[in-house]
Amino acid sequence: MGYPHKSHPQETPVLSKHFGDPAARTLEGWKARGGYTALAQALTMAPTAIQDVVKASGLRGRGGAGFPTGLKWSFMKLDDGKPHYLCCNADESEPGTFKDREIMRWTPHALIEGVAIGAYAIGAETAYIYIRGEFSEPIRVMEAALAEARAAGVIGPNAMGSGKRIDIWVHKGAGAYICGEETALMNSIEGKRGNPRIKPPFPAVSGLFGQPTTINNVETLTAVPHILNNGAEWYKGMCLSSPKSTGSKLFSVCGNVARPGNYEVVLGFSFKDFLYDLCGGPPAGRKFKAIIPGGSSVPVITIEEAEQVRMDYEGFLEVGTMLGSGGVIIFDDAQSMPRQLARLARFYAHESCAQCTQCREGTAWMTRILERIVAGQGTFEDLDTIFDLSESMTGKTICVLSDSCAAPVVSGIKRFRGEFEALITGRRSSTVAVGG
Amino acid sequence: MSHGPSAPAHAHGHGGEAAPYVPVFTEGSARRRELDDLISRYPSRRAALLPALWMVQQDRGWISEDAMREVGEQLDCTAAYVKGVVTFYTMYHQHPVGRHFIQVCTTSPCLCAGADDVVKAFLEHTGCKELGLTSPDGKYTVIEVECLGACGFATPVQINEDYVECVTPEKVPGLLAALGD
Ligand SMILES: Cc1cc2nc3c(=O)[nH]c(=O)nc-3n(C[C@H](O)[C@H](O)[C@H](O)COP(=O)(O)O)c2cc1C
Ligand code: SF4
Ligand code: FES
Repeated sequence: MGYPHKSHPQETPVLSKHFGDPAARTLEGWKARGGYTALAQALTMAPTAIQDVVKASGLRGRGGAGFPTGLKWSFMKLDDGKPHYLCCNADESEPGTFKDREIMRWTPHALIEGVAIGAYAIGAETAYIYIRGEFSEPIRVMEAALAEARAAGVIGPNAMGSGKRIDIWVHKGAGAYICGEETALMNSIEGKRGNPRIKPPFPAVSGLFGQPTTINNVETLTAVPHILNNGAEWYKGMCLSSPKSTGSKLFSVCGNVARPGNYEVVLGFSFKDFLYDLCGGPPAGRKFKAIIPGGSSVPVITIEEAEQVRMDYEGFLEVGTMLGSGGVIIFDDAQSMPRQLARLARFYAHESCAQCTQCREGTAWMTRILERIVAGQGTFEDLDTIFDLSESMTGKTICVLSDSCAAPVVSGIKRFRGEFEALITGRRSSTVAVGG
Repeated sequence: MSHGPSAPAHAHGHGGEAAPYVPVFTEGSARRRELDDLISRYPSRRAALLPALWMVQQDRGWISEDAMREVGEQLDCTAAYVKGVVTFYTMYHQHPVGRHFIQVCTTSPCLCAGADDVVKAFLEHTGCKELGLTSPDGKYTVIEVECLGACGFATPVQINEDYVECVTPEKVPGLLAALGD
């Protein structure tokens, strides 16, 4: 559901508290809601002290990989005399994910505050917010908020009177999923094709413009002011299960479900309650069948598996999938899994930057095979070929886009093999009629 | 390279007679000032390439080979380099498109919600013969795109800059009427 709408009683709205409230978009309105107190405090602290608070909070990256944020920041060598950069990743192109868009549309100053604190904590005077080109409305809102913050001296050459320079600029993408990969994103800001770079060197050593750089997701950075305001213990206390998964998280829900939209819950929440209570269960007259819980790049699970899961990094791993970006894609019993997975494979084939042979050829080949199966022209050998292909597509390329294509496809065939076989044998019985 | 008045006019292959290219970033123009301001945000001129291409597309509707050459001259890179970048990104048009550029998301989450019927409805009601072809009156171009990052509001459709959410085939005629000319 779009905002404004009331949050569900079982949600814990921290980041989403002011979604739907247009007054929260202005600097004035944001300050009235407690905005920029965390930045003011941060600017009186040593950068390492901020890193320590974020480390102690247990905050992990919300962009997909779940890397501990405070630890990532501590890789930046302060006082090395080099310019440092912070890139905020607002490329949000992972199918099933639409949370960063709402953060930017409704609470632009929350993101600006998080970016400013992050920049200061890693010794950066310049930060770029890389927003996908399609997001013209979020871009307009962010630009307006940045102009206000600059005019008021909240950011700029003397941020909040601290004597510190913090410049924040929006950099607009131009249509390319791969630019969400952190090194591709840096190339794109540099005015290059968005090809991922070989690592090492890691961005903290040589990143944007060859200088030490940190990349963080929109949601990650937006959580930081809350941590400074309320303390690491408070954030750590938002935890329903594994102590390695702390805080609240926005989950985007889409596909075949009664109430699609964004929901913010504390990590460790029961996925069953989430799906049936918060999201309202399946559409009328249908049943849930399969779920991709972390954006399209993670393995598919069955509804039976999903009903056992707790929504945290470890919980999803236990059933063989991942929390990823928190983009929950739901398929009901009317959907054909072969058709859906063929379409997903086509997404990855379209978005491959084509640098690596295994990815360029693998994603295209996998798509052709799946589309052939969907058209009723597939064979059992095709399924074996997909498994072979997936081996060469996993763990062997410059970035993980290639792995991301194989993951949902292979897990989908393993869990819903019957649907694939029905399409294959359907063809046999119609074309190899004799003796059948 | 310079663009003196005697510079050869480059055929665009569209709309008949080739007109001489009129630069976007002429000395003293507002666009030039905007570009200079943008360049100052980065430690390298080349970093202003994506924004410069956006300006061209906003003003001209698409990015011609001449425009690529001009942008390259502004940012110290070759036309071939600029073309390499333009062709990487799906949102830059290398040909003119309809006045209303309609992009329908058909990635899996939207497909579950019936995005392919929305595509069919747009083709039917715009008079576009196929995806990517502009309607004879020059009004519409319809394409399928990958995830627009609005999957909870299926089916989202981007028309020029803006998103329209929760589009169904039934809503298509009214939507087109509201676009005007
Ligand atoms: C193909 C690909 C696409 C990605 N897209 C995004 C994206 O749209 N947004 C994002 O925040 N991270 C994306 N990531 C993850 C980033 O590379 C990076 O891990 C993340 O931005 C780091 O921020 P975090 O530590 O705050 O999560 C993508 C990764 C890959 C391999
Ligand atoms: S894995 Fe694919 S997307 Fe990633 S760098 Fe290689 S070719 Fe490009
Ligand atoms: S899949 Fe259509 S907007 Fe994401």
